[in-house]
Amino acid sequence: MKLIKEKHPLVMRWTHWVNFPILTIMIWSGLLIYWANDVYKITIFGHTFVRFFPDWFYNWLSIPHRLSEGMAFHFLFMWFFTLNGVFYVLYTLISGEWRELIPNRHSFKEAWLVVLHDLHIRKTAPPQKKYNAAQRIAYTAIIVMGAGSVFTGLAIYKPVQFYWATWLCGGYHLARILHFALTIGYLLFFVIHVVQVVLAGWNNFRSVVSGFEIVEKPDPEEITVLNETPPVSLN
Amino acid sequence: MEIKDQKTTTPDELINKKIKRRNFISFATFLGLGAAAAGGWEALYHSPEETSGITAGARKPLRKALNKTELFFRRFFSNDHHVKIYPKSMAAKEVRTNGDIGIDDTGFNPADWKLEIVKPGGDLLKIGIDEIKALPKTEIVYSFKCVEGWDQIQYWGGLKFADLVDHYGLQRLAQKDYVGMETPNGEYYIGLDRESALHPQTILAYEMNAKPVPLENGAPLRLIIPVKYGIKNLKRIGKISFSDRRPRDYWAEQGYDYYSGL
Repeated sequence: MKLIKEKHPLVMRWTHWVNFPILTIMIWSGLLIYWANDVYKITIFGHTFVRFFPDWFYNWLSIPHRLSEGMAFHFLFMWFFTLNGVFYVLYTLISGEWRELIPNRHSFKEAWLVVLHDLHIRKTAPPQKKYNAAQRIAYTAIIVMGAGSVFTGLAIYKPVQFYWATWLCGGYHLARILHFALTIGYLLFFVIHVVQVVLAGWNNFRSVVSGFEIVEKPDPEEITVLNETPPVSLN
Repeated sequence: MEIKDQKTTTPDELINKKIKRRNFISFATFLGLGAAAAGGWEALYHSPEETSGITAGARKPLRKALNKTELFFRRFFSNDHHVKIYPKSMAAKEVRTNGDIGIDDTGFNPADWKLEIVKPGGDLLKIGIDEIKALPKTEIVYSFKCVEGWDQIQYWGGLKFADLVDHYGLQRLAQKDYVGMETPNGEYYIGLDRESALHPQTILAYEMNAKPVPLENGAPLRLIIPVKYGIKNLKRIGKISFSDRRPRDYWAEQGYDYYSGL
């Protein structure tokens, strides 16, 4: 027999989905800004491995020569990005959801087992509540990263007014690199996140839109021998 | 198992119904809000451009946001917030130049140059470079920041703008909300809020790395205003004026933030 199991409260779903277009706009307008001085590359022993980004990439997205537009969008949507993040954090604190999200002292060991399980190296994953250990670490890290983006952003945006933020970031130059690195981090998170959602399946995806999951519960009148299968979904 | 009456609904059917209903409502809302967001983005992205004036080149709602954001962050601005100072040894030997708008006149002779200050009634106060050099010098080594994203530690020397105001008795004029500056040919022009112009680290520089400022860096006199992006650091100042309304500003006319403060 099917059962409706409530999973994600409305505020969690709302802040999650609102974040998606906002972050897209922030990354896009950030690229418009970054193009004006795109100096970052990864060079080891004189060999450049990665140059962010090649010309065809900029041209494909028609990024060049749009600095003022990028700044205008960035400095508008930074408010929404910050407010949405603050709202989410306040909600998790007040509702007690943070208990499901913050990694505990077992999480770092367990997360490794989850990864092995996901890679089909290990058969069983450690028992979990709403989120598994790897999710706890990832979902907490992404919030820390979001706060980091706001903080490093302030350090670049107002290095005189918020000189202490710039100082804590190790200077203007490093703050800009950190701000950029965090963006790359979001993109990596996004790729893994989407792959995991696809693997976890429809039931899991639906819960982030409608809030509930459907679990199969054996009907005690029909079945005498309990044959409970563990929940399949990990995400 | 008994055969149930066709009309009574089983708990399974009830639940399926409920699932269907909740799915429909939530996904319809999701798609509806998604479409609204896409529509809102379209409206913003294609919103009318501001009518050109002191500011131009940006979409109206974005300019409004820039101006509101300026007001918000100006509350944090204070003359107590000084720009970080570096030792002279850290100053760049090769000072980066970025653009020559307003200073590309051929045959410009720094010797013929005089700083012009517009007095009430339109009279011009003309000041030669030697008079400026005779006044107390202020030096600063700080990190110059370009709106493009690069920064460089630079060493400048010159007359503090606040000292110029004091020396020439312009205190009453300088109580106006804005200061406007432009190149002698009028091709590059900037507007500054009073607090930033009178900031103790704002100087009219005639020295770079303890030598006269080179032509491409704005000889004979340029603005060094460390609390602003480089776009406000006007090279080769020709004329200075005071006003209660925002003076015209080259980059603010091209979609950039008027304030451009750091």
